Amino acid sequence: MSTPEQPAAPAAPKPTRIPPIVTLDAKFFWEGADKELFLGQKCGDCGEFRFPPRPMCPKCFSLKREEVPLSGKGKVHSWAIARHPPPFGFKEAPIIAVIELEEGTRFVSNVVGVAYDEVVQDMPVEVTFEPTMNNHKVPVFRPVKK
Amino acid sequence: MARQFTEAAIAGIGATEFSKESGRSELQLAAECAKAACDDAGISPHDIDGMITFTIDNSDEMMLARCLGVKDLAYTTRIPGGGAAAAGTIYQAMAMVNAGLCKNVLIWRAMNERSQYRFGQNPTNTTNYQSGNGTGSLLWCVPFGAMTPASWGALQAQRYMHKYGVTNRDLGLISVQQRQYAATNPKAWFYNKPITLEDHQNSKWIMEPLLRMLDCCQESDGGQAILVTSLERARDLKQKPVRILGATQSIPYNVEVISNYYHEDLTVMPEAQGVAGRLWDMVGLGPKDMQAAMIYDAFTPHVLLQLEGFGFCKPGEGKDFVKSGALAIDGILPTNTHGGLLGEAYIHGMNSMAEGVRQIRGTSVNQVKSVTNVLVSSGMAGAVLSVD
Ligand SMILES: [Zn+2]
Repeated sequence: MSTPEQPAAPAAPKPTRIPPIVTLDAKFFWEGADKELFLGQKCGDCGEFRFPPRPMCPKCFSLKREEVPLSGKGKVHSWAIARHPPPFGFKEAPIIAVIELEEGTRFVSNVVGVAYDEVVQDMPVEVTFEPTMNNHKVPVFRPVKK
Repeated sequence: MARQFTEAAIAGIGATEFSKESGRSELQLAAECAKAACDDAGISPHDIDGMITFTIDNSDEMMLARCLGVKDLAYTTRIPGGGAAAAGTIYQAMAMVNAGLCKNVLIWRAMNERSQYRFGQNPTNTTNYQSGNGTGSLLWCVPFGAMTPASWGALQAQRYMHKYGVTNRDLGLISVQQRQYAATNPKAWFYNKPITLEDHQNSKWIMEPLLRMLDCCQESDGGQAILVTSLERARDLKQKPVRILGATQSIPYNVEVISNYYHEDLTVMPEAQGVAGRLWDMVGLGPKDMQAAMIYDAFTPHVLLQLEGFGFCKPGEGKDFVKSGALAIDGILPTNTHGGLLGEAYIHGMNSMAEGVRQIRGTSVNQVKSVTNVLVSSGMAGAVLSVD
């Protein structure tokens, strides 16, 4: 006689967000994100932050670059909600935003964990991560807890 | 043969019908509109010696040259930046004629952008985001659900709209005006189909709370070509010459097309300001000297940003400029008199360049009175077209 099977814990839903498109110059960024690290690129000589990542410093032309953890803190610089067509891979219409990071560069992402009508201009946010298809992760932002 | 500075002019324009399903290849559309532009000018396609299109255009220049029986092609190039290339092709063609390197430059854009693939839908092929297509850092947008030009454009416009209190209703006035122009243009997809501000306000959200369906350009099939030659030769051809008084391009540091979030102040359009500075300087004229304008209108907020960038009004005054009726046929600056990309068709801005030509010739279906100069702008590039 077999014992009745325990009901299996419901499997976590598979992520449906599409994974990032990884280029050689931005590989460090997405590999960091997979490990929940939010990395920035700065010049190894003059210290200038730059985004999008690129092989050369536009200030001093140095090819030396440092991948450094960013604070992950920023402000909502602009935002909107994508209604039509519903973006592929999202169950609910995402809040898409340009985040102005503390380090001075900007980054397109999502604002999560907040209702759309509660987002305000320059609202402080901090980084968190969400899974994508193919076992990757991408940085998204949530309101800073008061 | 010694080269010398040669003034450039537009001698011919030609287009296919604008539709939602052309039923033929993009190469055929290109060949048809190119032949029509040559016929309009009265030159043989065999004598084309320069060919310029967009990097994103799918028609192959060799095959198009073969269709047209081009004898000896002296110059080819492609302009990056999506629709920003529209006025960019005029700029390049002008430069080649100015430099005495080409005699008959064909510029064109042909696409089955409704029936074969759709810019307004989620991407099916992310290789489009590789560099060379020149449409910016889109690979930094897609994983976040920013997958369409409307989503990229809205993010770019939001801070501007917030700063100056521009509402979606304000944008609606642009859409209503352009559909009024389209309503009297038999070539327009929206011929005989004007809209009211209420129609605009009832159209569905694309990017809430910024862009509704009627703030967005169409998706279209069709081709548009323009033939650029020397002013001197144009005077001996079929049509009244349209002088290219000046043309330029500007891509300021950290500016890119559409995913344009990395320059300092998102409430201005630095590329339009850069084009304006150089262009007004080059032609010795200013905003007040333009009797009409064709302004790239993929999305309504970008019309405001360009009006301000070119100095037709001050920063933040675009919405009041529009409200005053400035863009109407009897306004200070009749704009997109063919109906624009919203009303006529989305041939990636090239059909707006052609309308600039018609206004100078005096042959627009919505002809502005006493036109001497017209600004044509595709944001990152612009030109002043003038009577001879
Ligand atoms: Zn440096």
